[in-house]
Amino acid sequence: MYWLFNSSIGRKFIMSITGTCLVLFLLFHMTMNLVLVFSTEAYDMICEFLGANWYAVVATLALAGGFAIHILYGTWLTLQNKWARGAEGYSSGNKTPTEWAAKNMYVLGLLIFLGLVVHLCNFWYKMQFAELIHSPDAIAAGSGLVIELFSKGIYVVIYLAWLWTLWFHLTHGVWSAFQTLGWNNKTWYKRVHFIAYIVATIIALGFAVCPIYFSAVHLCNGTMTLF
Amino acid sequence: MDKEINVKVRVWRQQGPKAKGHFETYKLEKISGGTSFLEMLDILNEQLIRDKKEPVVFDNDCREGICGMCSLYINGHPHGPDDLITTCQLHMRHFKNGQTITVEPWRSAAFPVVRDLMVDRQAFDKIIQAGGYVNVNTGGVPDANAMPISKLDADEAMDAASCIGCGACVAACKNGSAMLFVSAKVSQLALLPQGKVEAKARARAMVKRMDELGFGNCTNTRACELECPKGVSISNIARMNRSYLGAKLSE
Repeated sequence: MYWLFNSSIGRKFIMSITGTCLVLFLLFHMTMNLVLVFSTEAYDMICEFLGANWYAVVATLALAGGFAIHILYGTWLTLQNKWARGAEGYSSGNKTPTEWAAKNMYVLGLLIFLGLVVHLCNFWYKMQFAELIHSPDAIAAGSGLVIELFSKGIYVVIYLAWLWTLWFHLTHGVWSAFQTLGWNNKTWYKRVHFIAYIVATIIALGFAVCPIYFSAVHLCNGTMTLF
Repeated sequence: MDKEINVKVRVWRQQGPKAKGHFETYKLEKISGGTSFLEMLDILNEQLIRDKKEPVVFDNDCREGICGMCSLYINGHPHGPDDLITTCQLHMRHFKNGQTITVEPWRSAAFPVVRDLMVDRQAFDKIIQAGGYVNVNTGGVPDANAMPISKLDADEAMDAASCIGCGACVAACKNGSAMLFVSAKVSQLALLPQGKVEAKARARAMVKRMDELGFGNCTNTRACELECPKGVSISNIARMNRSYLGAKLSE
């Protein structure tokens, strides 16, 4: 198992496996969010189900582990790559026409992490975490929180910008995971790229439904504020 | 007849591996468009020698794009702005009259500068020594048609074998990764029956050596295949990932 730490392909294997798990989680989370548009009661039932129950806590821990490993390995790989590049840069720059997202995965990742912190403060801290520490303010029904949050224009903008960075990260990340796991050749190259764009777009648009829908509702009702 | 141009060449000058380098700009007049890039540097060196100055040191050998000896990072591209060629095959007609051409050595921690534009690429030889060969059993002569190689495999192996080991992939990569080179050398053998026997051991040994020599981790930016003078594909990297992971998981 030592090769997972001390070989370049091993470290990248870890990145692709954790990345794939996080993409699967995003697909699940997005599906769950879409329920809210159709029924607040159904959504609150899911929130209840994913409260401080043992299975939800175990899943949350596994998820947090996945995030932590993905971020730590990403940082480690980025630092190693900086050293491998050497101290001296190119004075004439780098004009190779590579994809923008491919060159900026770490920065995109950091922005996604910042968005995640805001997101956890907005929801997880007030819901599952509050329930775990037996706080009297714990909120079990998430629908109210969501609908209230997206009455604030600033949060709608933050969340949409966050999804936009996520889209860029996924357009490279998804096909890159296929490539690292060896699932690519000259024929599959176009396919894995296509899959990456489809997955990234489904996730970004699916998540964007809630902020757009509820801010539109608030705008119609005249309950929209800036902060 | 090609037009003649006047250019300014901004060249990296460095006395030795430990010395501090700097750029120096030289003017060249009446360079024919049909002059190759290295011939242009020859003209520059003759001019420098006439002026009693030190000529610019750069690697070159065959000057027909097959030896992999020439390098040079020209105006933001390894092997210059044209596609699918080495520096020796680049012609001055790709540059405009009055243009300043910046010429730099390959930059990578694993390729230290020896002098001026020359870098030490022995790291590649060390990777080859770690497993880029086949142990051939020289028994009886096999029947020519008994070798079960499909046309597709033969073509893929041949495409991988077109790698000349120039190091443009490492020079172009923002991570200083040698994955395209190593994967081409792994693939050219792994696809053929003679190389299949040691395929797993080879992938393991060559990747291990590559990591030890301080090359970076591939992040699939594709800069390597976009700049490769021989058009070696990153599908080779996927193949090497496959064989390496397969070898490690079956341990």
